Amino acid sequence: MTSVLTIILQRLGLGLVTLFVVSIVIFTAVNLLPGDFAEAILGQGATPEAVASIRRDLGLDQSPIVRYFQWLGNMVTGDLGTSFAQLNFQTNLGGGDLVGVAEQIAPRFANTMFLAGVTAAIAVPFAVGLGILAALFRNSAFDRATNITTLSSISSPEFFLAYILILFLAVLNPVLPSLSNIFQGMSFGERLEKTLLPALTLTLVVTAHMMRMTRAAIINLLASPYIEMARLKGISPMRVIVRHALPNALAPIINVIALNLAYLITGVVVVEVVFVYPGIGQLFVDSVKIRDIPVVQACCLIFAAAYILLNLTADILSILSNPRLRHPK
Amino acid sequence: MSETTTSESEFLVEMRDVHIEGRSDEVWNPIINGVDLTLKRGEVLGLIGESGAGKSTMGLAAMGFCRDGVRIASGSVHFDGIDLLTASAETKRHLLGKRIAYVAQSAAASFNPAHKLIDQHTEAPVQHGVADKSESEVDGIELYRRLRLPNPDEIGFRYPHQVSGGQLQRAMTAMAMSCRPDLIIFDEPTTALDVTTQIEVLASIRDIVEQFNTAAIYITHDLAVVAQMADRIKVLLKGDEVEEADTRTMLSNPQEDYTKSLWAVREFQRPTKPAPPSDATPVISVQNVTAAYGKIDVLHDVSFDIHEGRTVAVVGESGSGKSTAARCITGLLPPRMGQIELDGEPLPPDYRKRNKEQLRQVQMIYQMADTALNPRKTIGEIVGRPVQFYMGLTGRKRRDRVAELLEEIELPAGQYIDRLPSELSGGQKQRIGIARALAAEPKFIICDEVTSALDQLVAEGILRLLAKLQDELKLSYMFITHDLATVKSIADEVVVMKDGEVVEQGPKLEMFKPPHHAYTDLLLSSVPEMDPDWLSNLLAERGVENIGDAAVEKMD
Amino acid sequence: MSGFLTLVVVLGLIAAGGWLFRLIGQKATNNKPFFRDMSYAVAFGYVLAAAVLVFAIWYYFQPVANEQGVANAGVIFFRWAVQGLIFFAILAWLFRLLGRTVGTAWSKKQFRSMPLTAAFGILMILVYAFLAIFAGVLAPYGQEEIFQQVNALPGGNAATGGNPDHLLGTDQIGRDLLSRLIYGAQNTVGIAFATTLLAFFLGGSLGFLAATMRGWFDQFLSRGVDVLMAIPSLIFALLLMTIAQVWAPRTGIPLTVFMVVIIAVIDSTRVFRLARAVGMNIVVMDYIEAAKLRGEGLSYLIFKEILPNATAPLLAEFGLRFCFVFLTIASLSFLGVGIQPPLADWGTMVRDLAQFINFAAFSPLTAALPLMAAGAIALLTVAVNFVVDWMLHRSSGLKE
Repeated sequence: MTSVLTIILQRLGLGLVTLFVVSIVIFTAVNLLPGDFAEAILGQGATPEAVASIRRDLGLDQSPIVRYFQWLGNMVTGDLGTSFAQLNFQTNLGGGDLVGVAEQIAPRFANTMFLAGVTAAIAVPFAVGLGILAALFRNSAFDRATNITTLSSISSPEFFLAYILILFLAVLNPVLPSLSNIFQGMSFGERLEKTLLPALTLTLVVTAHMMRMTRAAIINLLASPYIEMARLKGISPMRVIVRHALPNALAPIINVIALNLAYLITGVVVVEVVFVYPGIGQLFVDSVKIRDIPVVQACCLIFAAAYILLNLTADILSILSNPRLRHPK
Repeated sequence: MSETTTSESEFLVEMRDVHIEGRSDEVWNPIINGVDLTLKRGEVLGLIGESGAGKSTMGLAAMGFCRDGVRIASGSVHFDGIDLLTASAETKRHLLGKRIAYVAQSAAASFNPAHKLIDQHTEAPVQHGVADKSESEVDGIELYRRLRLPNPDEIGFRYPHQVSGGQLQRAMTAMAMSCRPDLIIFDEPTTALDVTTQIEVLASIRDIVEQFNTAAIYITHDLAVVAQMADRIKVLLKGDEVEEADTRTMLSNPQEDYTKSLWAVREFQRPTKPAPPSDATPVISVQNVTAAYGKIDVLHDVSFDIHEGRTVAVVGESGSGKSTAARCITGLLPPRMGQIELDGEPLPPDYRKRNKEQLRQVQMIYQMADTALNPRKTIGEIVGRPVQFYMGLTGRKRRDRVAELLEEIELPAGQYIDRLPSELSGGQKQRIGIARALAAEPKFIICDEVTSALDQLVAEGILRLLAKLQDELKLSYMFITHDLATVKSIADEVVVMKDGEVVEQGPKLEMFKPPHHAYTDLLLSSVPEMDPDWLSNLLAERGVENIGDAAVEKMD
Repeated sequence: MSGFLTLVVVLGLIAAGGWLFRLIGQKATNNKPFFRDMSYAVAFGYVLAAAVLVFAIWYYFQPVANEQGVANAGVIFFRWAVQGLIFFAILAWLFRLLGRTVGTAWSKKQFRSMPLTAAFGILMILVYAFLAIFAGVLAPYGQEEIFQQVNALPGGNAATGGNPDHLLGTDQIGRDLLSRLIYGAQNTVGIAFATTLLAFFLGGSLGFLAATMRGWFDQFLSRGVDVLMAIPSLIFALLLMTIAQVWAPRTGIPLTVFMVVIIAVIDSTRVFRLARAVGMNIVVMDYIEAAKLRGEGLSYLIFKEILPNATAPLLAEFGLRFCFVFLTIASLSFLGVGIQPPLADWGTMVRDLAQFINFAAFSPLTAALPLMAAGAIALLTVAVNFVVDWMLHRSSGLKE
C-alpha cells in the first residue's frame, strides 16, 4: 500500500506545483498589458493625481514580484480583489459599497457548479451505457449509427446544438424555457427546469466524447487475451463482462469521465452565454469584453484550478483501481 | 446426419476438409485450405509449421472457436460426435472449459490481472457445476503440487503479476486441467520462455497429460519440442497439410521435401578454424567493462577478445547482459568502468565522440529486420546511404556499388533496388540489413539475434551467407544468441553470460565438451534435441529437481 | 405527466415486441442460428429501430399546415432535415462512383474501400475549398456592401417582406446575407487553416526536436507544455485576447492577427505532445539507432528518417486540430472577441442573427438563418472528422 500512497502524494504535489506555475503564467500574462491598471480604470483623460492615488491603492508602485505574492496570498485567503467595473463606478459617481470579486463570483460559481452537476448526472450514465453497448455490438448497424451521430455532435459548435435544442424544445414545442434567469431563493424544481436546456446542450457535447472514449477503452479491453481465455473457458457472456471486463475497465472509464468533466469547463462558457445563464462563464466573457482584469484573472484561476483538480482526480482514481499497483509484488 | 454416429466411436476430434478465412481490407482471404484433422482419446497430436502456417487458427477451430475477423468457410468439425459448427452457442459453452480446455501462448496476458490465480482456476468448475469452490480449490492446490510449482499451498492466492512467467504457464495448465477435460489445446505454451524454464514446463505438461490420459493438440514451431510431447505430428505450410505420421517415423523417415528441409537445418556445421596466434592484436577487445542503467549495474567486469576473421558467440538467457555488452561496444551505453579497444586503440566510450572512421569499423545487424529498415525508403536508399556517407560515392558510382553489394548478399540488384522493405520477405529484409552493414566495409559486425525471428530454413540461409562473407572479407563477428544450435553451427569461440557476468569462455570445441561450469552445463542440457526420448533420458539422468529454475536457484 | 406515461407504455410495448419478434423468428425459420443465438438486447434493438423508423415516416407525411392554415414548422424542419440527409447521401454516393471510375489506379483503389461518410467528407472539403478560393466570383455582392433595405426576410418574395435581389435577405445594417455567408467560407476557413498551419509548424518542429534530442531540452519543453495545457484552451485564449484587445490599437496590428498567433501557440502544445509521442515511437526503432551509429546529424535524422514515417498520424492530427481551431475561432467570434467586423464570419453571424430563431413558428426560413451559419461551421468539421475517422480506422487496420 505504501507505494501507492507515495505515488498519490507525488501526484498531489505535482498538481500543486502546476497550479502554482499556472498562477504565475496568468499573473505575467496580465502584466503584459501596456500602461497599468490605473490608466485602464480611469481612461486616458484622467488627472495624474487620480492615477497616482489609484496606483497607491492598488499597490502598483511596488515591484512585480512583491505584487505577485501579495496577489497570490490574497487569492489563497479568498480575497480576489475588487472589480474594475465596481471601482470605476465608485470613483466616478462616489459613494456606494464595494462588492469584492469574491462576493461577485461566489453565487455564480454555485450556479455553474449546479449546471455542471446536472449535466454530469445526465451525461455520465447515458454516455458510459451507450459506450459499453456500442463496444459490445461493435460493427453492427447500431454501432455505426452512434458513431456517425456522435462524430457529428462532437464536430458541431456548442452554440449550434444549443440553438437546435432551443428551436425544438423552446420555440416549436414550448417545453422548456430558452432563457435561464436564475436568481437566489428559487425552488429546486424551478431551478432545475431553467437549467435543463443548457444542461442538455452540454450533455450532447460531452456524451459524444465520453461515449466514444468509453467504447474505445472497452474494445481495447475486450481484445485482451484474458477475455478470450474467459470465453474459451465457456463462461457466459454476461459473466465475462461483469467479472472479467468490468474490474479492468474501471480505470479507463473513470479516466474518461474525469477528462470529459474537465472538458465541460470550456463548454460551459459558450453555453452560459447562449442561455444567459448567470454562471461564472458568462461573467468571464462579460469581463473580457470590458477588460475587467481582476475578474478575468480570478475566473481564469478558478477554471484552471478546476481543470487541474479533475485531471488529478482522474489520475489518482485510475491508480487506485489498477490491480497491479494495489497488490505490489 | 448419419456420419456423426459412425465417427463417435473412433475419434474424439474429427475435422474434415476445413477451410478457414480471415478478413482484411474488406475481403476474405484463405488461412486454411481444406485440412483434415483427427484425434483419438488420450492421444497427443503435434501441429507444427512456420509462422503464418495457420496452426493457431486450426487449434482454435478444433474448439469451434474463431477469433474476430476469422470464419470457418466450409468443412466440418465434430467433437465427440457433436457438430461444433451447427451447435448453439449454449451447447458450445457447455463444452468449452469443461471438456475442451485451452492453454495460451502468453500466460501473463491470458490471466486476468484483477483476480487471484486460484479464483480464476475455480471459475470453470464452479460455473460448469463440476465442483464447488472449496473442492476445486483443494484440487487446484493438488494440481499445483503435481505440476511442481513452488509453494503450491500459497501460490494460488497471488495475483498474476506477482508470479513468474514459467510458473504462470504451469498455473495455466493446472487451470486447463481443473475440470479434467477430454481435450486440451496447447498453443505454443513455451515459446515465450527461456530454455532452462521451458524444460521444466515441458516436463510437467507431459507428465500431467499422461497421468490423466488427456488428449491434446500441441501447437509449436519448434520441432525438437514437439518430438518430446507428441505421439503423432502433422506439418502445416501456409494453410495446407504437408504430411502426417507418428513421431518416430516422421523424425527418421520424412517423405516430403519440405519436411526433410526442416530436419536438415541443424546440420550446417562450419569447419573449425585454427586458434589465432597468441601475439595477435584482437580486432575488438572488451576490457573489464562494468556498465549501468541509471544506478543499477547490469554488467560486471566483462572481458573478452574478438580476433580477425573469427566469430565469438555470446550466449545467455534474457536479462543476462549480452545485448548490453553490444551496446557498450557500439558506444550507445558508455561503460562506467573499463574500456573497449579497436585494433589495440581505445575507443571513446560515447559514440558521439567517435570519428567517422571508428564508427565505420563497427557495424550492427539487428534481430527484427522490420524495425531495422526504414519502411519509407527503398532498398537502394537504405544500402546507398552508408556508401555515400562513408565512401563519398554518388550518382552512378553509388548505384553500381549498391548493385554489387546486393549481388554479394545473393539478391538480384535490378529486381530489388527500387523496392520498399515491406515488399520483401523476412529473410530478404535480413539480407538487406547485412548489405547495409557491409556497405560501410567494416572489420567487425555485431549480429544481435539475427536468426531468432526467422523460420529455420531461412535462418540457415542467413548463417551460410554470413559464413561465406566472413571467409571472403575477413570479417569478425560478435554473435549474440540464445540458441545453442546456432552457436554450434557458426561460432569459433563461445562466451557464456549470466546476470551480467561472464560465466565461462573458450573455444567452441572445449565448450561443448565436459567438464563445464554448472550453469553452462544446465544451459547446454536444456536445449531440446531432435530425439523423442531426449526429455525422458534427461529426466532419468538428472532428476526433476535438477532442471529449470529450481536448478538455477540451487546454484546461487 | 401524460407524456411520460405514454413513453413508458410505448417502451413497454417495444420490449414485449422484441420478445415476440425473436420467438416468431425462431418458430418461423425452424430455429435458424440467426434467431436461435439472438440475445434479447439485439431483438429489442431491432424492434426499437423499426418503431423509430415507422414514427419518422409517419411524421414526415404530416401536413405542413393545419386546418387554420398555420404552418406546422416542426414538420417543415423535419422534412428539410430528411431531404438534406438523402440529398447529401446521394451526392456522396455519386462522388464515390466518380472516384472509382476516374483517376489513377491508386485513387481508384482508395475510393473502392471508402465508406460513404468519408466520401461525403472529401466532397464537402472540396466544396468548401472551392467556395473559399472563389468567394469573390461566386458571391453576388461584396461582403461590406450596404444596401437600402435592412432586415429583408429570406425567400426573395417581396410580398412576405423579402427582396428578389437578396435571396437570403439582408442583415440589420443592410448587407446581403448570402454574400456574407459565402465570404464567411473565405474568412473563417482561411484564418483557421492559417492558424493550424502555424500551430503545426511550431508544435511539430519542437516536438520532433524534443523526441530526437531528449535530455534537458525535452524536459524543459515538456514541462512547459504541461503547464500551458493545465489551463483550458478557450479560457486561456479569452484571457490573452483581453490583453490583445488593448495592444491591438496601440501597435496598429489587427486583432485578428493577434488571435491567429494566440490560438496557434495554445494549440501548438497539443501538436507538440503528439509529434513528440510519434517521434519517440520512431526514435526507438533500430533504423534510427543504425543512423545514429553511422554518425548522421540531427537534421538528417529528423527530415530523412523520422518525418517520412510520421506523415500518416500527423495528417490525421492536422484534420483534428483544424476542427478544433476552427471551432475555437467560431466560438471566440460568437462571444464577440474573435474575427472583427467588417469581415464576414460565421460565428459573428450566428450571434447577430440568433434572435430570429424565435420566429420559427411564423417563418421557418427566417429561423433557419442562424442555423445556416452555424450549420456551415458544423458541416465542415463533420466532413473533416469523417475523413480523419476513416484515415485512423484504416491505419489501425493495417497494423494487424
